[in-house]
Amino acid sequence: MGLPMMSFRPLRSFLSELWQDKAAAIGFAVMVLIVLMAVFAPVLAPEDPATQSLLQRLKPPVWDARGSWDHLLGTDNLGRDVLSRIIWGARTTLTIGIVTCVIAAMIGTTLGLWAGFMGGRTDSVLMRLVDIQVSFPGILLILLVVGVLGPGVWTLIAVLSVTNWMVYARLVRGIVSSTRQMPYVEAAEVIGCRPSRVIFVHLLPNLVSPLLTLLILEFTNIVLAEAAVSFLGFGVQPPDTSWGLDVASGRDYLFIAWWLVTFPGLAIVVTVLSINLFANWLRVTSDPEEREKRFARTIAAKRRRRRAT
Amino acid sequence: MTETLLEIDDLHVAFDTRAGVVQAVRGVSLTVGRGETLGLVGESGSGKSVTAQAMMGLIDVPGRISGGTVRWCGTPLVGEGVRRAPRNIWGREITMIFQNPMTSLNPLMTIGAQLQEAVRLHLGLRGAAARTRAADLLNAVGISGAARRLDQYPHEFSGGMRQRVMIAMAIASEPRLLIADEPTTALDVTIQAQILELLAELQSQLGLSIILITHDLGIVAGLCHRVAVMYAGQIVETGAVDTMFEQPAHPYTQGLIRSTPLLDACDDRLVAIDGTPPGLLIPPAGCAFQPRCPVATAPCGVPQVLTPTGTGAVACCRAGIDAWKVGAA
Repeated sequence: MGLPMMSFRPLRSFLSELWQDKAAAIGFAVMVLIVLMAVFAPVLAPEDPATQSLLQRLKPPVWDARGSWDHLLGTDNLGRDVLSRIIWGARTTLTIGIVTCVIAAMIGTTLGLWAGFMGGRTDSVLMRLVDIQVSFPGILLILLVVGVLGPGVWTLIAVLSVTNWMVYARLVRGIVSSTRQMPYVEAAEVIGCRPSRVIFVHLLPNLVSPLLTLLILEFTNIVLAEAAVSFLGFGVQPPDTSWGLDVASGRDYLFIAWWLVTFPGLAIVVTVLSINLFANWLRVTSDPEEREKRFARTIAAKRRRRRAT
Repeated sequence: MTETLLEIDDLHVAFDTRAGVVQAVRGVSLTVGRGETLGLVGESGSGKSVTAQAMMGLIDVPGRISGGTVRWCGTPLVGEGVRRAPRNIWGREITMIFQNPMTSLNPLMTIGAQLQEAVRLHLGLRGAAARTRAADLLNAVGISGAARRLDQYPHEFSGGMRQRVMIAMAIASEPRLLIADEPTTALDVTIQAQILELLAELQSQLGLSIILITHDLGIVAGLCHRVAVMYAGQIVETGAVDTMFEQPAHPYTQGLIRSTPLLDACDDRLVAIDGTPPGLLIPPAGCAFQPRCPVATAPCGVPQVLTPTGTGAVACCRAGIDAWKVGAA
């Protein structure tokens, strides 16, 4: 077993650099916890998220006067345990959010790279395609496709990917067509790099930080889009659950049972925030110059603290 | 001695990098008097540009001023205990022109608009008065047809013309000191000569002091009154131009002058100084030039102090020896 020994050192240096930025370290830890929660949902969840109990309807959380230890975060209008639903809902929400973002980003980046790199007619055709897709009402397309294929998690992923790739294509195309004019890209072409090398070695790394930023923003969008579609009855189907679905269906009880909307909503906020904190760190780490500056800033901060004490 | 304008005292600049602390400037002291031109020469990486940036307060992370002060007419600008430099010195009393005139102008604004902005900010002129003043400035830097040129965009100007515009902007506030960081490196030789002539002319007209940063000894000989030679973040020799070119004391200065190509000696091969400058991650304890010096001996292992000579100062215990002749023999 020589492999773990070799792969251990990068991991350790990664963790020690991450530890320097406390916010990012917390973000990363929370992210890992949420993923573990989703993976081990059957073990962690105190109850079956779909078991209804009309006698236990709309119980408030445990710290409320009427709450009980049976349901830590209370129950919903059908007597289902809110905590268990959040734990199980993490599975659907994370799957849909991550897979959709990745697929949409792949489609968009590929087409954007192609358009930006080739330029000319290819560029015009591809970008008009983007324009058409953008101007087409997304929700209509979703309802149409779901109506034909039938609702379900994977249909939802496919449909949301198809309606959300355009923003990546536009971003990537813009960066690629401007980076292509940079002397270092022209130099790479002059010394005889093949187009594939120019694209993957010289153009793609420039896209890392804007794409990361966009992915995070889009993740939130996807979670909300999934909630909207599920709310209309075309998305996640009961007894399955998702955070978006819970927020959407809890809306009717907002004034008598605030916990129905609050806890799944908080779950979304915490997830997005922790991904954001970590992604921000990752973005800086992927830029050698920014990375040095961040290092110097932490050194400067340490020096100030030492002087203050 | 003329009135001292700028005074740099034991300036240290360090860069915190992940590999360690790089000491880019290690104890530089300089003064610039009124109407004086000081040449700051040295090879790439010797710390001349970082010194200039420190004078203008442009050191940003990962760099930091780790010691020393920069004073302007006695007022501290940079250094220990200076929270915020007094306003209206940088950009007004001291201005700077950069190496690359291609990127220092806003491509979306006309030359006139950019010049008028400088005029408005520093002289408080508005409207037609600002425009007239901007046209005067263009005239002063030798751009003909100023009224027409004001309405053009940077891409309609050649490299040399853009550098002239940069100089016009730099003198718009009627500064007392102009820092020129390799102003002619990006230009060809004929334009270079014109720009330098222009700087000399402006100096005599406006009584300007100039710090000229360059690695071209020919430019220094033609324009400067005094020279400071930098090596590995330290000044190794300063002095009046004439005497230094006549009788360089430091082996490094001697090597630099020896390796300058001469038109009347075209059959000789150029002589380089062997080796490379030391890395500044772990600066050498003694003389930084010791590993490349042909006359280094035992005492070169201790730090060299800048010692006054007849016309300037030199930091070398073997100063004055004709190093390269001895080394060759």
